[in-house]
Amino acid sequence: MAKKPLQFNLNGEDRAVFVADGENLLDTLRRGVGDLTPKFGCAQGTCGACTVLIDGEPRMSCLTLSETIGGSRVETTAGLGDGGKLHPLQDAFMRNFSAQCGYCTPGMLMAAKALLDRNPAPSRDDIVQAISGNLCRCTGYEPIIRAIEEAAGMARGATGAGR
Amino acid sequence: MPFRVETFDRIEDAARALAANRNARFYGGGTILMCAVNAGSQSFDTLIRINRNDLGIIRAEGDRMSIGSGVTMSQVLQSRDLDFLHPVAIAVGGPAIRTAATVGGNLYAAAPYGDFATALLALGAEVQFGGDGGSAMPIDQFLADRDRHRERIVSNILVRRPGDAGSFRFRKVTRVKPKGVAVMTLAALLPRSRSGIRVAYGNMAPTPVRAAAVERALEGANLDEAGIGPALAAATRGLSPASDALASQWYRQEVAPVHLKRMLLGQAG
Ligand SMILES: Cc1cc2nc3c(=O)[nH]c(=O)nc-3n(C[C@H](O)[C@H](O)[C@H](O)COP(=O)(O)OP(=O)(O)OC[C@H]3O[C@@H](n4cnc5c(N)ncnc54)[C@H](O)[C@@H]3O)c2cc1C
Ligand code: FES
Ligand code: FES
Repeated sequence: MAKKPLQFNLNGEDRAVFVADGENLLDTLRRGVGDLTPKFGCAQGTCGACTVLIDGEPRMSCLTLSETIGGSRVETTAGLGDGGKLHPLQDAFMRNFSAQCGYCTPGMLMAAKALLDRNPAPSRDDIVQAISGNLCRCTGYEPIIRAIEEAAGMARGATGAGR
Repeated sequence: MPFRVETFDRIEDAARALAANRNARFYGGGTILMCAVNAGSQSFDTLIRINRNDLGIIRAEGDRMSIGSGVTMSQVLQSRDLDFLHPVAIAVGGPAIRTAATVGGNLYAAAPYGDFATALLALGAEVQFGGDGGSAMPIDQFLADRDRHRERIVSNILVRRPGDAGSFRFRKVTRVKPKGVAVMTLAALLPRSRSGIRVAYGNMAPTPVRAAAVERALEGANLDEAGIGPALAAATRGLSPASDALASQWYRQEVAPVHLKRMLLGQAG
C-alpha cells in the first residue's frame, strides 16, 4: 500500500512526512520525524506517556490516526524550552523532584501545559483532573501536583498577575 | 490484505463503502478503534472516515437538541446548550481521551464503556443515520439491536432538554477517582409529574439497558425513603450483570440498590 503524504506543524516548524494506513501519531513523531520526547507506554490510551497537544488540546498520540492531523499544530516536550532556558513547568518539575525514572514526565508536562494555557490559575482539583489520564509509577503524584501549582504561580508572577 | 484507511468527502459515499465491506469500521474519534489497530486486531481491515467535520455540529432542532455523532466529549463540555450533559461528558476518560472520544462512538462502545449512551437512553434520545435516508430511531431500539447497525453511520442524536431542573440524574460508580472505568452507571429522567419516568443502567448488561421494573415502581411515587422502597426492591429485576475484573455479578447486584437510592434521593457519596 502506498504511503500517504502528511504535512503538519511540529513545535513551530513545518514538517512533511509519509505515513502508512493505520499509523498512529506516536509512531509518526518518534520514527517518522525523530522526536523521541513523547513516550510509548501502552498504545491503549491508558498511561498518558504519549500525550501531545494538537491545536492546543491534549491528545493521546498513540490513539491518533496520523493522517487525520494534516494542517494541525502539534506540540511536544521537545518544543517546551526556549533555547537553553527551561519552560517554567520543566523548572518546577526539576526543583520539586517530580521525576524519578522520568518516563511519565513528557506526558505529564504536556497535560499540565494544556491546563495552564487555558487556566493560568488552576485549583488543586483542576490539576488533579488535568493529569488524571497520566500514570506515574514512581513519584506518588504529590511532587507533580506541587510542581504544577508552583509553575502556575511562576507563570502568574511573570505576567504580573500575582497570587 | 493490507490495512486500509478510506476517506470520503460525503457521508453518502462513506455509508455506501461501509455497507459494502463487512471488514470495515467507521472511524469516529478512534479511542476504541485505534486500541484495536495498535494491538493488531484482525476483526477489521479497513477504516472509513469523513474528511469534513459535518458531523461535529451541535444545534437546536425544534424543541430538541441535535448533537452530531462526531461531537467530542470536550465539545459537549464547551456547549452551554448541553449543560445538562456536562456531568456525563466529564465522566468519560481523562482530558486527552475526551478531546477525541465522540458521542457516536460511545453509542457503540462495549461494556464497561458507554456512559454517555446510558445517559442518552435515560433521556429518551433518538438516533439518526446518515446517507441512507432512514428516519430517526429510538435509542432503545438502536441499543437492543446494536450489532446490526454497525454497517450504518450515525449522523446525529436528537435529545430533549429535561423539562424540570434537577429531573435528570446521572451517577457513575468507579473504584478509582477522579477517573476510572464504571463498575456501573446509572441515569434517570424523573419528571415532576412522575409520569414518563426513565431509568437506565450502564454495565449491568452488554449494552446500556432500561430498568423497566424500577420505572414502573416509581410511577406516581414520592422521591423519599418510603416512596422509593418498591423501586429499590426491584433494582436488579430481570438483569444478570457480568462478572469482570471490576466487580462480580454478585457485587453489582448487591450495590445497585445502594447507588439507585443515592441517585433517587440526590445524596452524595
Ligand atoms: C483510556 C480510556 C478510557 C476510557 N474511558 C471511558 C469512560 O470512562 N467512559 C466511556 O463511556 N468510554 C470510555 N472510553 C471508551 C471511548 O473513549 C468512548 O466510549 C468514546 O466515546 C468512543 O468514541 P470514539 O469516537 O473514540 O470511537 P471510535 O473508536 O472511533 O469507534 C468505536 C466504535 O464505534 C463505531 N462508530 C464510531 N462513530 C460512529 C458513527 N458515527 N456511526 C457508526 N459507527 C460509529 C466504530 O465503528 C467503532 O466500532 C475510554 C477509552 C480509553 C482508551
Ligand atoms: S502510550 Fe499512549 S496512552 Fe499509553
Ligand atoms: S517518574 Fe517514573 S513513572 Fe513517573
